[in-house]
Amino acid sequence: MFLDSDLLMSALRALTPILLAALGGALCERAGVFNIGLEGMMLMGCFTSVATSWFTGSPWLGVLAAALAAAAYSLVLAVGAVTLRGDAVVLGIAMNLLAVGLTSFLLRTVFGVQGTFDDPSLAGLPLIGGFTPLAYLSWAAVAVAALLLSRHVWGLRLRGVGEAPDAAATLGVSPAKYQYGAILLSGVLCGLAGAQLALGNVTLFTENMTAGRGWIAVVAVMLGRAAPLGVLLAALLFGLAEAAGFRLQGLGLPQQATDAAPYVVTLGALFLTTARRRRRPRTTGAVQ
Amino acid sequence: MTRISGALRSPLTFSVLAGLVIGALFLLGTGADPVTAYRAVVTGALGADGIGSTLTTGTSVLGLALALAIPLRAGLINLGGDGQLVLGGITAAVTGLHSPLPAPLTVVLALLAGMAAGAGYAVLAALCENHFGVPLLVSSLLLSYPAVSLASYLARYPLKEPGSSLPQTRALPDGVALPAFGDSTVTLGLVLVVIAAAAYWFTDRRTAVGYEIRMTGLNPRFSAYAGVERRSLTLKLMALSGGLAGLVGAIGVLSFPYRFVDGSLTAPGYTWTGLTAALLAAAAPLGTVVAAFFFAVLQVGGLAMERTTEVPRELTQVLQAIVIVFLAARLRFPGRWFALTRRRRGSEAV
Repeated sequence: MFLDSDLLMSALRALTPILLAALGGALCERAGVFNIGLEGMMLMGCFTSVATSWFTGSPWLGVLAAALAAAAYSLVLAVGAVTLRGDAVVLGIAMNLLAVGLTSFLLRTVFGVQGTFDDPSLAGLPLIGGFTPLAYLSWAAVAVAALLLSRHVWGLRLRGVGEAPDAAATLGVSPAKYQYGAILLSGVLCGLAGAQLALGNVTLFTENMTAGRGWIAVVAVMLGRAAPLGVLLAALLFGLAEAAGFRLQGLGLPQQATDAAPYVVTLGALFLTTARRRRRPRTTGAVQ
Repeated sequence: MTRISGALRSPLTFSVLAGLVIGALFLLGTGADPVTAYRAVVTGALGADGIGSTLTTGTSVLGLALALAIPLRAGLINLGGDGQLVLGGITAAVTGLHSPLPAPLTVVLALLAGMAAGAGYAVLAALCENHFGVPLLVSSLLLSYPAVSLASYLARYPLKEPGSSLPQTRALPDGVALPAFGDSTVTLGLVLVVIAAAAYWFTDRRTAVGYEIRMTGLNPRFSAYAGVERRSLTLKLMALSGGLAGLVGAIGVLSFPYRFVDGSLTAPGYTWTGLTAALLAAAAPLGTVVAAFFFAVLQVGGLAMERTTEVPRELTQVLQAIVIVFLAARLRFPGRWFALTRRRRGSEAV
């Protein structure tokens, strides 16, 4: 049987990094900041988690360091797009490029290796019931984000900032403050996503190991209309595509075909959903 | 004089200088002497041993920089350069291997086929935006992955060179190659790309179409009001963009090593370096040429720096990205960028 619980389990494992990053992206989107730097922030998280886990022997410190490092990195977007009112799209692209260069550079200077750092003594995250604790955290984060955005005053103000920054400012809500908050939170979430990828899904660091997952997360935000539950469904779709790809590879399909599957599925889903709703509020990095 | 002082105070100069200073800090951090390292970059890329390599790399970087600059001029970002590039390359390889025409005509046919493949694939991304509302930025990027996978599959299975352990196609027949200059690896491809740059400059500066494209980048609503049809403009610009990316792929295959090698077109990161160059120049034609050359020097010089100072060549990639981070943080949108920062410059220490 092709669709079975094993497939679902591996889909759930594959979706965790996407989900964490996409939740961060959704918060930014709601605050009116288009964050396409998710990929780069994730990659920073990957490297920091591996480096910290290796030097301290604790994957937990690795997770913590990844969250902090990615949050610090997200300040580039916050300062650039919110304070200096730069172009968020260009900044995001540059941040993704910078992360690839920086992590490859650090890989060479810190570990003296090129390509992949893979050491048996590198401690990965433990599994509880087949999942890392970060996977459970990601599901909890969906619920928290959903409640925050729909019920809590912080979430309501965040949405207000994204939808009508001038009105929010008139009511004494500082758009910049909420946008900084959303971007920093997205940094933390992307850091966790990176840690999950490098210490959970596998236990190693490879150059550019996010391989487009941050971009898939950006798409998941669009697909899920920046709502936590919608984002979860979109990430599940990606997880299923990746898991099904692995399964098909076992059945003899070439790896190149299965590598492409998640992107094709994501694009297909985008066609089906965006065609039905053409007009959406546009977000830019700049507060008008 | 005012022009010189203006150039020195421009955000562009500031960003490049900031990038170089931060790069120097990185170098100090690794225990290297920045002056020695930077000198190694410049002499390695522009010295007698490196200039050929710089011009070869520059051909690809400039080609992709132009490919991405042309839509960027109208405010459209094509992130699918990799996919368009490899499809152009693999199509040129297939054409070169199977064309019944005499060698010189086969070269022309392979170039055209590569351009057509790249253009067709880029148009697909434009159609996604026009008819399904998927933003071009996202559709072009997502489409890139299956294309790279497809080319990789073709080079590893159906088109693989029999008996070889490398993922590559057979070598092109004798004579199916772009003429090279002397003993160097620099081919006629450089001339083709320079002609494309000149055509872009002429169109941008001297024609109504170029004016329309610039206006669309500066103010899409105004240009729509003035009668510029955005959808067809997107389609045309993406076709041109993908065609140029495909041309670079075809040039890559028709130059040394005269075959399609899986990963050899994408691994050097021409797409991203090209995009960085186009962004740095705000897609202006002459600026794009200068920026592409600057980044080709960095890329080739980085290797020389690695040899002489043992600083990883990835540093040059960091440098490129830092320059764009600084530029993006201070600027806003193609064309509008400079006007806005000029107004704010008074309060900033440059």
